[in-house]
Amino acid sequence: MIPTADYLFLSLVMFTIGIIGVVTRRNVIIILMSIELMLNAVNINLVAFSRLVGSAEGHVFAIFIITDAAAEAAVGLGIIISFFRNRETLLGDEMDLLKW
Amino acid sequence: MLDQIVFYFFATLAVLSAVLVVTRRNIVQSAIFLITALLATAGIFLQLHAEFLFIVQVILYAGGIMVLFVFVIMLINLDTSLHQAQYNRQWWLGLLLALVVGAHLILAVAVGRSVLPFPEPAPATMLEPSTQIVGKTLFGEYMLPFEVASILLLVAMIGAVVMAKKKV
Repeated sequence: MIPTADYLFLSLVMFTIGIIGVVTRRNVIIILMSIELMLNAVNINLVAFSRLVGSAEGHVFAIFIITDAAAEAAVGLGIIISFFRNRETLLGDEMDLLKW
Repeated sequence: MLDQIVFYFFATLAVLSAVLVVTRRNIVQSAIFLITALLATAGIFLQLHAEFLFIVQVILYAGGIMVLFVFVIMLINLDTSLHQAQYNRQWWLGLLLALVVGAHLILAVAVGRSVLPFPEPAPATMLEPSTQIVGKTLFGEYMLPFEVASILLLVAMIGAVVMAKKKV
């Protein structure tokens, strides 16, 4: 049997990698992918605790998080397409106006 | 023993592909490694006896969301972004702060592990018909959040259509 702490360590390492991606990269698509990585790490946490306690509520919350991730990806990619159409670039540090 | 081999294999795969997602220059390669990371996470779900989440992860994440990502990458030309600097000017500060946050979280779990011992995971019999229990919980106790999630998806769909429209 694997102790629950090992799942937590895995989840924290993936979450930290996601934070590094969001904070250091310039490409907006890679920033969005790093956010997906972070959400995924949270899901590992929830399922591991659900296994530890022996209840299905962690699974239910993981399903809700996946739903949120899908909604966020759809809206985020829509924003990226609109941004690219107006600015012809993918760099996050060029995103400094709400309207142009 | 087999359990441990499976877990550490998928954990290593997930961490390595996550690092590659963040460091690759080409966005398409990043997307492919993100698919690998998500599939490795699906393997960990299976190892945790969460069969329904395993299927949802494969179909929805690796199938649906990643197709959306790859589709958008195809719509946008890559050639210009390949020759630009990939990291922003304050990357060293961001990396430092992110590592501090991560070290802090990992330290917290490491300390908590030794102070209050983590019990072994519950035996597999406790969540035996896993999908059935998830369904009963989802449609019983969490019925209202489930309906709210459907409204969220509707709003996201309208938002995506409005954002990607030709003329706003």
